[in-house]
Amino acid sequence: MTRMVKIPGGGRLSRLMAGLVIAAVPATGAVAADGDGTRIDWGPYKVGDVRSGYTYAGAQTRAMQDDDFQNPAFLWLERGAELWDTAEGAAGKACADCHGDAEESMADVATHYPIYFEDWGKLMNIEQRINWCRETQMQAEPFEWESDDLLGITAFVKHQSKGLPVDVSVDGPAAPFFEKGKAFYEERRGQLDMACTHCHVDHPGDLIRAETLSQGQANGFPTYRLKWQTLGSLHRRFRGCNRNIRAEPFPYGSDEYTNLELYVTWRGNGLPVESPSVRK
Amino acid sequence: MQVNIEDGGIRRRSVLFSLGGGAAVVAGLTVIPGLANADEAAVTEAIKGMVGDVPDESGVALDLPEIAENGNTVPLSFTVDAPMGEDLYVKDVMVMADGNPSPDVAVFHFTPMSGVAAGSTRMRLAGTQNVVAVARLSDGTALMGSKQVKVTIGGCGG
Amino acid sequence: MATIRPRVKAPKKAAAGEIIEIKTLINHDMESGQRKDKDGNPIPRQIIHKFTAEFNGTEFFSVDLAPAISANPYLSFNAKVDESGEFTFRWFDDDGSVYEDTKSIEVT
Repeated sequence: MTRMVKIPGGGRLSRLMAGLVIAAVPATGAVAADGDGTRIDWGPYKVGDVRSGYTYAGAQTRAMQDDDFQNPAFLWLERGAELWDTAEGAAGKACADCHGDAEESMADVATHYPIYFEDWGKLMNIEQRINWCRETQMQAEPFEWESDDLLGITAFVKHQSKGLPVDVSVDGPAAPFFEKGKAFYEERRGQLDMACTHCHVDHPGDLIRAETLSQGQANGFPTYRLKWQTLGSLHRRFRGCNRNIRAEPFPYGSDEYTNLELYVTWRGNGLPVESPSVRK
Repeated sequence: MQVNIEDGGIRRRSVLFSLGGGAAVVAGLTVIPGLANADEAAVTEAIKGMVGDVPDESGVALDLPEIAENGNTVPLSFTVDAPMGEDLYVKDVMVMADGNPSPDVAVFHFTPMSGVAAGSTRMRLAGTQNVVAVARLSDGTALMGSKQVKVTIGGCGG
Repeated sequence: MATIRPRVKAPKKAAAGEIIEIKTLINHDMESGQRKDKDGNPIPRQIIHKFTAEFNGTEFFSVDLAPAISANPYLSFNAKVDESGEFTFRWFDDDGSVYEDTKSIEVT
């Protein structure tokens, strides 16, 4: 049995919205999306009401993530491990020259990003940190967003925190940026006039057309999406979401998205870092 | 790089793999006129080309999702219930899909040293369709398994 | 990814006559030939069309791959090992490249 619900306030957009109706499936949030009908103890992937995207994925997708060998993201991660030890730039340095063994030096780093970066007077995420290191410390060219190199080294660094709870700080100097991210999350945008909240707060577990909506948690990025057939960043996902609601996407690494990243990451405080995850 | 299977309106061709003597080279091209996609007929034709007649469905267990989360990456596993001795063993398993631009997915070639005629991979499915696996044993016996996979089109997050 | 890098997972040790599982993964776009670029021109097919597995120089398993195999192709299969030796795995690209990886196994 399905019940069709209209997204509140969407009346003037009924024509655009015609194909974008959410079918509320009653209280089946904990049932695996592949219809296997079994209720699963989600273990660390569910903390209180906060649920990782893992809990909305189908059994085969979860199996692909559970086995590090089957997870195609590890092809990128191996590239990242190589880059960690590769000297580049005028300073002749590799990541390892300053940071040593990533297993130790990066052990919980990803749980705290994005951070407030004093020199910039604004937030910085892991990708930006890596490129800041390259430009400032190594005197090397920054990696392009969504390049295999930036995805690989980001996945490698974040993977060192795998299993540790996300714990971003949103007070002190980060507070105003957190507030901006929160405002972005709640603000309607695009031709469909929708905010992030409409899918990811009001309807996780429900279907939008044939897709199961999730809480939109960030703890698994970069993620290997079956749809993309490649690893991709959180900002790529933001751009995809924005396009879906017929909004102009912001650039990769824009202040808007980094602020949003802090807010979205904070929503998942306590969830384990899963990078690199596998998602549909 | 994002790779989607798209209906480009190009004439579809079915590449049939050679199954003879372990020489695994692409043998020839079969043009299916007027068909936008492979269909049951093309799959039937391929099975007949391989084993002479369409076998009963038995002996090949297919593990496929009932509903694929995304058609770009659909996990597939199979196991053939047959001996793998020097005297009698499974030589080939041909996997096909009847709703793709071409029915061919993969042909697995085994020897007694394989120990068991089983394998897994990930495939692209352009829409809801049947996936068929036909096994040919060294004595010519044919076994078959099939399963329908529902594939949802659309999807979030471009 | 610019560099094609195969990954293979196989046990390092096995008992004589044991059937082991081997898993392989390689990064490759598996360009199907069915897609068009932004100008509407077909993007030519470029896939890995064949995979072979040898043990001590004897081919015991192979796969012909069609464009319907997903990007970054994953394959798993089995081998019955009676003696110690070396596996050689090869992936054959439409562009003529051959990618190779080897794994040793000690049979006791």
